[in-house]
Amino acid sequence: MNSASGNEILQHKFSFSIWFRQLFVGFYNTAIFILKIFKETLRPPFEFREIIKQCYAIGVNSLPIISMTSFIIGIVFTKQSRPSLIEFGATSWLPSLISIAIVRALAPLITALILAGKVGSNIGAELGSMRVTEQIDAMEISSTNPFKFLVTTRVLSITLMMPLLVAYSAVLGLLGGYLNIHHNELTTFKTFIQNGFSQITFLDLTASIIKSVVYGFTIGVTGCMKGYNADMGTVGVGKAANASVVNSMFIIFIEEMVIVQIINYFRFA
Amino acid sequence: METIQDISINEKKEVEIFVKGVKKSFDGINVLNGVDLKIHKGENLVVLGRSGSGKSVLIKLMVGLLKQDEGTIDILGNQVEKLNEKELQHLRLKIGFLFQGSALYDGMNVMENLSFSLIRNQKHLNKQMINKAVTDALEDVGLVQTMYQMPSELSGGQKKRIGIARMMILKPQIILYDEPTAGLDPITCVEINNLINKVKEQYHTTSLVITHDLSCAKFTGDRILMLSDGICIKEGTFQEVFDTEDPRIRDFYNYNFIQ
Repeated sequence: MNSASGNEILQHKFSFSIWFRQLFVGFYNTAIFILKIFKETLRPPFEFREIIKQCYAIGVNSLPIISMTSFIIGIVFTKQSRPSLIEFGATSWLPSLISIAIVRALAPLITALILAGKVGSNIGAELGSMRVTEQIDAMEISSTNPFKFLVTTRVLSITLMMPLLVAYSAVLGLLGGYLNIHHNELTTFKTFIQNGFSQITFLDLTASIIKSVVYGFTIGVTGCMKGYNADMGTVGVGKAANASVVNSMFIIFIEEMVIVQIINYFRFA
Repeated sequence: METIQDISINEKKEVEIFVKGVKKSFDGINVLNGVDLKIHKGENLVVLGRSGSGKSVLIKLMVGLLKQDEGTIDILGNQVEKLNEKELQHLRLKIGFLFQGSALYDGMNVMENLSFSLIRNQKHLNKQMINKAVTDALEDVGLVQTMYQMPSELSGGQKKRIGIARMMILKPQIILYDEPTAGLDPITCVEINNLINKVKEQYHTTSLVITHDLSCAKFTGDRILMLSDGICIKEGTFQEVFDTEDPRIRDFYNYNFIQ
């Protein structure tokens, strides 16, 4: 009995050490991958055409789903907040509450999660299938740097497009919130804007932009890394697409927590 | 160990690919156990072997996609393992590579697939010149009509031919074919074999064909090299290689004959 539990403890220790080593190797590989992205981004030739193509694919093609989701979230959040504010007779605070929630948290987070699902999985699957069908090797043999052409352009495009998409998402979310408030409280657009933006500070806007850049970079790096290093045929492609989404979302939540802590430090300093 | 420096000056001019003592293993499993081969200018060498005998690994080592554990690979006077990234890119422009699955870029149509490397590597060409080069390359393989089709709309044989056109557009000196007839019907196999011979005659290229298809070896090879368990076990003309009692070669021959 004792010996059995001893073996179990040993096995756990062994698997923990493997897990820890894999985690460390994973961090190391990610750091190398990111350094390579910076190096290739700054080194000519610059792939402007591919960057514009990717910006279009990532940005414009994501507009419909971001529009729908942000607009609905604006309405739903306003609807959910109203009963609590009615209890305190503070429905006049709704515009401020909605604006703060959308600009500070909802717009960056919702946009990031949508893009992690839509764009992250797409990048993971596309690069993964290019890897397993030797298209990346073919590119390398034709004297084109596949890392620069495929990875750098995608990471750069999503990092550039993310702040624009977050701003767009915030506008649509606020529009949804305004329509709901206008319908219930007959608040005018001017009052909504005045009340709403009275509480939004420069720090809030800066934080939102920083968050969106960080989230965009995270989605790009995760999707590209998983796809570019895919193996094991079609199973590997599926795993790359899946890991791109799951890992991106997980990292985004951790980043959200860290960034909020940092911003709050500056806010109350 | 003989190196490219050791062979006579006259022969050196003629040898375009020189492989000596190349070993490669993956996770402790030896795939290549000391492969030696020489390919002379304008020659078409066929490397025959069973699946898993290390044929594809060998040509990936030649273009620097993989690195050998031991041995030297000399191509057009360049020792591949010693080249830096820029030198390797320069050398790769002189080498054409046909992948087993053709490896056409899924997101681009045939025209874009063919012009991709031209646009990047021959920046002096204008749009008209690129269009002409693409049309000429497609005419060579008889597939001009597919110019605006996507790879997913092409058959396996068409993909191989487009792959050959994409490779030939840069006018390489050396061509490496990885299983050019794998997965194709017998008639398309003959078409691909004819195309390999046509390319050799038209452009005077030096070629290495990796295959397990005896008909491909017979029709395209000036010389055959039999690879088994990561080493070369026999070299010569088709007749010389298969006129043997070596059970490994006899089995391979008989199996292909039955097929």
